[in-house]
Amino acid sequence: MYSQALDERDGVADEAVNAAFEQRVAAEEKVEANDRMPAAYRKTLIRQISQHAHSEIIGMQPEGNWITRAPSLRRKAILLAKVQDEAGHGLYLYAAAETLGVSREELVDQLLAGTAKYSSIFNYPTLTWADMGAIGWLVDGAAIMNQIPLCRCSYGPYARAMMRICKEESFHQRQGFEIMVTLSRGTEAQRAMAQDALNRWWWPSLMMFGPHDSESTHSDTSMRWKIKRFSNDELRQKFVDVTVPQADFLGLAVPDPDLRYDDATGHYVFGEPDWSEFKAVLRGEGPCNAQRLAHRRRAHDDGAWVREAAQAHAAKQQAEQVA
Amino acid sequence: MKTTSGQWPLWEVFLRSRNGLHHQHVGSVHAVDAEMAVANARDVYTRRGEGVSIWVVPSAAIVASDPGEKGELFEPALDKVYRHPTFYEIPDGVANI
Repeated sequence: MYSQALDERDGVADEAVNAAFEQRVAAEEKVEANDRMPAAYRKTLIRQISQHAHSEIIGMQPEGNWITRAPSLRRKAILLAKVQDEAGHGLYLYAAAETLGVSREELVDQLLAGTAKYSSIFNYPTLTWADMGAIGWLVDGAAIMNQIPLCRCSYGPYARAMMRICKEESFHQRQGFEIMVTLSRGTEAQRAMAQDALNRWWWPSLMMFGPHDSESTHSDTSMRWKIKRFSNDELRQKFVDVTVPQADFLGLAVPDPDLRYDDATGHYVFGEPDWSEFKAVLRGEGPCNAQRLAHRRRAHDDGAWVREAAQAHAAKQQAEQVA
Repeated sequence: MKTTSGQWPLWEVFLRSRNGLHHQHVGSVHAVDAEMAVANARDVYTRRGEGVSIWVVPSAAIVASDPGEKGELFEPALDKVYRHPTFYEIPDGVANI
């Protein structure tokens, strides 16, 4: 990577450099790959961007599960394109993380070894076709809510990757909502399927915004560094406010007995997600954690011969050119 | 479980979005050779017709200016405002200049 050679010196804790950095970031100046930056800023970004990349890669599985069973050729082509986009998003993000001086191999190995985190939402199973609708509508909807502010992130390569991703995510959400519209206008069984999907995905989607602000460990620094622009609770509220009217349109019930619109504030008041479930899934005890990682490892191992063959071919071509 | 063996070279990807415009940097891909780099760049960066032409360049071949020398390199241009047309005052009533 063209940016790496210049980075050696910033392991040194140089207070003047850090102060200058804080000032630049506070003034909304973007940070680029080979700029000097505090080691903690670099570390935070590597962690966040790689977790994000892993989420995209693992996120291919719940939907990949339905490609062969999509109800029509149109739906199948769309789902295939969506899963392909997730792969692309993973690659944009790995590339952005690499500009910070970490290798792709290190990141992939962390995922395969189970030491890296990815979004907890992908550890839930996709039981029916309606889950393809609910994931697009709710999970991608929540992702967009989280990701749009990241397009203004202080770190240039991350912000640029997020801009590409956000443009593409909009298709993901709309195709999901279209599936929900079709099902909710269908037979009684189809409506029930749509409602069941909403029941199962609602709370995990709210958990995607992370713990309450009061419990969020990295929030303050990330806000100061302009990596994060809004707090977890602010974004969660925004998501509920835009999504509940969409559920009303579908004629589906949001599975929250405490949900009500508050005229005074203009916001919805909603119940508390089950945080013990959230923590359990993060600890690796979700319904599909083991399955997702096992599948990823198998795919990686099954592809080993292709990677080796490609490398051998390139080496042979190069040797012939030299000769 | 096998870990990943051998780092594939990194390539920077440039796209021309349509004829008449410059190629622009869009990101990077890993590939064993140039042919694979073009194929990967096509799959990763042009899924929605973003380009009509792709350049791939080995990242190691790019020579970048040092951001630490930003001052010395670019400041000399900053105090030469007379290089901009707006520096000059043209009296009212003079047209087409």
